[in-house]
Formats: sequence, structure tokens, C-alpha cells
Amino acid sequence: MNRATAAKGGTRAPSRSAGGPAAFARRHAGYLVFAVLVMTIPAYLSNMYYLSVLSFAATRFMMAVGISLLLGQAGQISLGQSAFVGIGAYGSAILTTKLGFDPGVALVVSAILAAAIAGLVGIPTLKLKGYYLAMATLGINEIVYILLVQLKPLTNGTDGLTGIPGLHIGGLDLSGPRAYHLVAWGVALLMFRFALNLTDSRVGRSLRALHRSEPAAESLGIDYSYRKVQVFMIAAVFASIAGSFDAYHVQFISPESFTITFSIILVTGVIIGGLRSLWGAVWGTIVIVILPEILKRVNEDFTNLVFGVLLIGIMVLSGSKRFDLWGQLKGVWPRRRGGLPGPGAGVEREE
Amino acid sequence: MTFDQFLQYILSGITSGSVYALTAVGFTLVFSATQIINFAQGQMVMLGGMMGITLHEAGLPLWACFIGAVAVVAIVSVGMEEIAIRPLLRKGVLTQIIATVGASFIFETAAMLIWGRDAKPLPPFTGETPIAIGRATVVPQTLWVVGLSIVVVVALTIFYRKSLYGTAIRGCAVNPEAARLQGISYRRVVVFTFALTGAVAAAAGVMIAPISFMGYANGTMLGLKGFAAATLGGLGNPVGAVLGGFLLGIVEALGVGVVSAGYKDAIAFVILLLVLFLRPAGLMGAKVVNRQ
Repeated sequence: MNRATAAKGGTRAPSRSAGGPAAFARRHAGYLVFAVLVMTIPAYLSNMYYLSVLSFAATRFMMAVGISLLLGQAGQISLGQSAFVGIGAYGSAILTTKLGFDPGVALVVSAILAAAIAGLVGIPTLKLKGYYLAMATLGINEIVYILLVQLKPLTNGTDGLTGIPGLHIGGLDLSGPRAYHLVAWGVALLMFRFALNLTDSRVGRSLRALHRSEPAAESLGIDYSYRKVQVFMIAAVFASIAGSFDAYHVQFISPESFTITFSIILVTGVIIGGLRSLWGAVWGTIVIVILPEILKRVNEDFTNLVFGVLLIGIMVLSGSKRFDLWGQLKGVWPRRRGGLPGPGAGVEREE
Repeated sequence: MTFDQFLQYILSGITSGSVYALTAVGFTLVFSATQIINFAQGQMVMLGGMMGITLHEAGLPLWACFIGAVAVVAIVSVGMEEIAIRPLLRKGVLTQIIATVGASFIFETAAMLIWGRDAKPLPPFTGETPIAIGRATVVPQTLWVVGLSIVVVVALTIFYRKSLYGTAIRGCAVNPEAARLQGISYRRVVVFTFALTGAVAAAAGVMIAPISFMGYANGTMLGLKGFAAATLGGLGNPVGAVLGGFLLGIVEALGVGVVSAGYKDAIAFVILLLVLFLRPAGLMGAKVVNRQ
């Protein structure tokens, strides 16, 4: 595949014919720079508070990559991603404190549970139009929150769980700020690489084909709902792993961290970051980490109001020139009235 | 469970089912006219209840609170249509979901800032002396809820089936382009639909406030249950929405009797998933709306 067709494809099309270390470095330059940047931060950052914020960003990044895959690649929205974060966090906390599991094993078991629940919800809803998954995930979030509060013997209700062990593998202690940063970001980078490869793989290509024309893609034998379920489960696993890491990092969890509000913050961040490529998740993470901090300083009660206004504003304005967001989103999901340019397309250019 | 208990649960199920039915009708009206699922539907019910409570605290008689709340929420609903829905009518499903979710957040947070975090009650419309039905008892408010719901549903049915304007709206639901060619203003139909939906939602909110209190956070669950009821009955079918609402209320009440009240809210969700697994078209099938 030559450069021209790759550029025409618009997205990160795979160029499998390119070889050699120079081509490899060029193709992965962005990823390598990003990886080196985040992994070397502990070496020259001495302020422990900033380091801890950056370590938090690792788990937010995991969540954002999952949502970016689901929203940007599969064109589906989950309004209950923090339920899966909660499953990961509580799963790991309960398995380590009550059953003496190793943190790593507890993380994997929780992720499997999250994937199973995502499958259970995704299989019936993803055959249908987008609002079924949105409503079902909203429901999942409510139910998980109710269960976390109600199942007192397991979750300790609203008081939350304390005494969660720090991250360690066997006897190797990884709970120090620098070690934790490296492990969390290391895993986050691996997940990001996996997601990038996924968009360049058979799955990514079939999802892109589906954006162009659903009937055409299905006539080529692509099972649309199966692909979407796959991506939804991956997003759930990413969220669950992030939750487990958070639990080991803070060593205390309570239901308040896993509300619908947090799910919406995640989605808003990823939308602001941009959906055209997974790299939007990087910018989205910055929004997710910084925006609530700013709002907390001003007035925390207004948080949801601001996010509500942002969501409507982005959606309404993204069709106009100032926000290219709609331009980015345009190819992401199929339009009901076919691919013809709408009557507004020319008008906006005259503004 | 004795028969008396069973009867008691059925009665309480019919009461909450009335509210689910009206919420489901709200989803259906908007969906038929615009193909949009309004994620702020439950918050409108909540706004209705809170508005009624405020007007009552201001000293108005209950009937005036009812009418006032209905009018205010209808206006709010039209405002939402003007700002968040109109520009998105021709955009994809995803933008519409995100925008209405945004609206639900604005309603919820505004309600919290205006009315505070505590749930408040409204006095019952006519006293609190329980009425015996067989060996089960109901508060008079139950009769108000069920009676008014039936009145609203019957009035809507007559309006949609018999009046010229109702016919025009149904025409738009079947085929907006063809309706437009007949000189029907699609814009006005959408605005009217949102006003009507806001009014129905507010009525439900004011009616249920004396029984179950109303707080800013109640909207999400009401919306979720209304959607579950609409899906159970068959999304897009108003008769199905009412049926789904009552069915959901009764199953939920019996579920509370069998399992535990703490898990009450999970039951609606399990039903929603089961319907989507077994019969996504719902009990009455979505296609009926096109043939009415």
C-alpha cells in the first residue's frame, strides 16, 4: 500500500510492505516518543504530589482508551463505564483482603468478571440501535452502585473498604510512588499499543468498513454485532484493570467513586479529546484529570451542570466551522439519510 | 405470601406502574415524532414533582400546583427542544443520545442547586384515611394516581386518533416527508410533541410525589424504568407503553415481596435485558405504530 492510498484512507492505515528499522521508527515515532516521555518522568520529577497525579492519569488513560475504541471505532456509547471500573476495584479489593489473592491474580479475575457482564449486556443490546446500549449501560451503572451500597457483608456499604494491599508481585513490592508509576504506565502503554494494533487489524478494518456502509460490509461477511460486542468487552476489561490499579494505589475504595457522573466525565473527556483516532484518548485523559480539579476549586456542585452544557454545546456546535469535532465524528457512525451532504453544509461555509 | 399480601403488592404495583406508564408514553411520543430517545425523560418527571412541591410551599392550592407544574415543565421541555434537539434532528443517533444526556445532567444539577439534596413530600390530594379494598388497604392518593393516569391516557388516545392535529402528528410519525408535502409543519409537530411530553411527565411527577417523595436524584431511575416499560410494551407503541408500565410496576412490586426491597430497582433492569434478549420488539411489536 503506498502513501497516497494510506492518506486517502484518512485513518492510520497499515503499511505492511514497509520494512526496515527506519520505517519502523517512523511509523511508531509518536508512540515511542509518548512512551519514553511518560516512563522517564519519575527520573526527573521530584515533587511527589505531581507524580501521584500523573500515576492517576495512567488509569484514567486506560479508561479513556477503552471508551475511545468503543465510541470512535465502534460508534457505540457506554454511559456506565465507571460500573466496570467499580467491578475491577471492588473485585480486586475483596479478593485480596477477604480471600488472600495475589493482587495480579485478583486483577485478572475481576477483569474476566467485567468482560462477562459486558458480554451479557452487550449481546442483546448491540444488535439494536445505539440507544439500547446507552440505556443498558446507564442501568448497569445504577445497579452496580446499588449493589456496592447494599451488599454490606462484602462491600462494607457506603463506608467503603480499607486495608487493600499495595501493588506487589510475589515478594516484590511495587507500591512505592516511582515503582507504581512505572508499572501502571507500563500496563497502560501496553493496552494502548494493543488498542492501536486492534484498529489496524481485521477488527479495526471491519469496523471502518461498517462506518462506510453497513449493508455492504455485512454482505462481505462481517458480523457487525459480534465486532461491537468484542470492542465493548475490551473497553470493559480496560476499565476494570484501571479500577484494580486505582484500588491498589489508593488502598481505599467507596461506592462514591463509581457513579454515573464519573462515567459521563470519562465520555465527555474522550469526546473533547477527539474521536478520529485513538490518540484523542491522550488529550481526553488530560481533560478528565484536569477539568474536575478546576471545577472542584470553583464549586463542586456545578460539575454536572458544566458537563451537561459542554455535551450539548459540543453536539450542537460541532456541525459548524469553529468546531471540527463533527467533521471528525462524521465518518464514525452511519447516517440515516445516506452520505449526501446535508443542506447545511454549504450554508455554514458562507458564515 | 398470603392472598391479602398478594393483593396489597398488586395494588402498590399498579400505583407505581401508573407513573412508569406515563413516563413510557413520554418516551413513545418523542420517539414516534423524532426517532429520538430522550434520556432526560425521567428528569422531567422529577422536575414536575419538585415544581409541584415548590408551588405548594408558596401557598397555592393543590389543583393549582398540578396545573402550574404541568405548564412549567411543558415550557422547559420546549426550551430543551429549541436548544438541544432541533439542531440535531438530522444528525446521528449518537449525537442525539449525548445531547439529551447532557440535558438530563443540566436538569438534575439545576434541581439540586434550586431545591437542595433532600427528597420532599407533597400532601395527598384528598386526605390520608386508608380505604379498604377486600382485606387490602390503599391510601386515597393511589386512586388519584391510577384515575388521573387513565384520564391522561384516554385523553391522549382520543386526541391522537380523532382530532385533525393528532392525525397530522401521526402522519409525521409514519413519514415526515409525505406529511410535509401535505402542508403539515414538521417543526411545529416536534415542538408540540415536546410540550405534550413535558406536560405528561410533570403530571406523573406531581401525582406520585405524595406517595414516594421527590428528590433531585430520582429522575435517572424513573427514566430507566419508563424506558424499560416502553421497551417491554414495544418501543413506539403507545398502547404497549401503558401496558408495559403497569406490567413492570406489578412485577416489581411482587419482586419486592419475594426478594427484598433493597433490590427493587434492579428488577426493572433485569426485565429490560430479558426483553432485549428474548423479544426486542416488545410485547406489542414496534411496527403497530406505522399502521395506526
